[in-house]
Amino acid sequence: MKKYKCIVCDFIYDEAVGIPDEGIPAGTKWEDIPEDWECPDCGTSKDDFEMVEI
Amino acid sequence: MSIVIIGTGMAGYSLAREIRKADAEVQLVMITADNGYSYPKPALSNALIQGKQPEQIISADAATMAERLNTVIHTHTKVTAVDSNAHSVETDTAGVISYDQLVLATGARPIRLPFKGNAADDLLSVNDIEEYTAFRASLEDAERIAIIGPGLIGCEFANDLAASGRSVTVIGPDPHPISTLLPEQAGKALQRGLSEIGIEWKLGTVAESINKADRGYELTLANGDKVQADVMLSAIGLKPELTLAEKIGLKTERGIVTDRFLATSQPDIYALGDCAEVEGKNLPYVMPLMIGARALAKTLTGTPTEVIYPVMPVVIKTPAHPIVVASAPREAKGEWEINATAKGTKCCFKSADGTVLGFALTGDAVEEKAALLKVM
Repeated sequence: MKKYKCIVCDFIYDEAVGIPDEGIPAGTKWEDIPEDWECPDCGTSKDDFEMVEI
Repeated sequence: MSIVIIGTGMAGYSLAREIRKADAEVQLVMITADNGYSYPKPALSNALIQGKQPEQIISADAATMAERLNTVIHTHTKVTAVDSNAHSVETDTAGVISYDQLVLATGARPIRLPFKGNAADDLLSVNDIEEYTAFRASLEDAERIAIIGPGLIGCEFANDLAASGRSVTVIGPDPHPISTLLPEQAGKALQRGLSEIGIEWKLGTVAESINKADRGYELTLANGDKVQADVMLSAIGLKPELTLAEKIGLKTERGIVTDRFLATSQPDIYALGDCAEVEGKNLPYVMPLMIGARALAKTLTGTPTEVIYPVMPVVIKTPAHPIVVASAPREAKGEWEINATAKGTKCCFKSADGTVLGFALTGDAVEEKAALLKVM
């Protein structure tokens, strides 16, 4: 399980935790998040600002 | 068909990206007075904690962006005039450029107050990567930092500087930090959290004069206190950059006045981001900018699309005591309901019937953001 960080606002997506509140179950891989997903904290698109693996 | 965007900050580049998603061919020209680096501005106020040098914040230079976005980017270029009848902009380095649709994404500039004293001009402000680079250079041998302005940006910088081992004093007239967004209890909780990492506060007073001292500077406050500093940062807020809009004759209030389509008072001219005032709201945050860019890209490529803002919580990067705040609409009537624990403060702004209209969460209470958004 990996973690990814939004380079705009530092939101951390943790694959192990997912975002259950947004319908993304724990264990969802970054690659499996839809392309139109947006950072829940700043609205940045998934493909606009690459989340960096941490 | 040609779209011209003035400004290559987050607003300009986000719009260009969204336009390219909808239309790979439409002619796109960007004009910027600076070097056109693409970088996320929010990253400036926590780069020290992230261990980043200024150049590591930059994601791409103008040439790379021009290739990636299939656009022409005129850097170090100022727009000197706009002829809205002829649909053309005149520039100082790139001649006259005609447009079918023009977008002003000129951003905002730090508000500066005049101070007395022989070192008033040494007060820095940081709102772009060039200013940040100069600020970082000035920090090289600096131990004591004075920040004028206990607002969002002042507190983020204070946290970043204190966490990197510097002694920081924050000065301002407000009764508690971030008083424009936070109720007292949340502001005080933030103040305590930042005090724990060594930040000192001079609130309820203002700096009056700034003079050179034997070492560094001495700020004299209205209450008679004196603050010693090696570097001074002014962070008292942003004001939309309206110079060009006023020259064109666009209607302006706090920002460039637009409707829900981001259309200004003149045909085929739009405004986006920190410079825009959308139906009375000037929101200098990332999320409204992203939402605006997506809607405007559709409008400009043939599908008129209104900007519809959801509840947009602002995440404040003060890791010593994190904050999330969703302001209630200005006209909303209600009362704050406060639940404070040792580890965090949950403040809900509720109407008489108990509906949550806004919230401010601090410390561990930030975890409740998603649950609150669901009931709003």
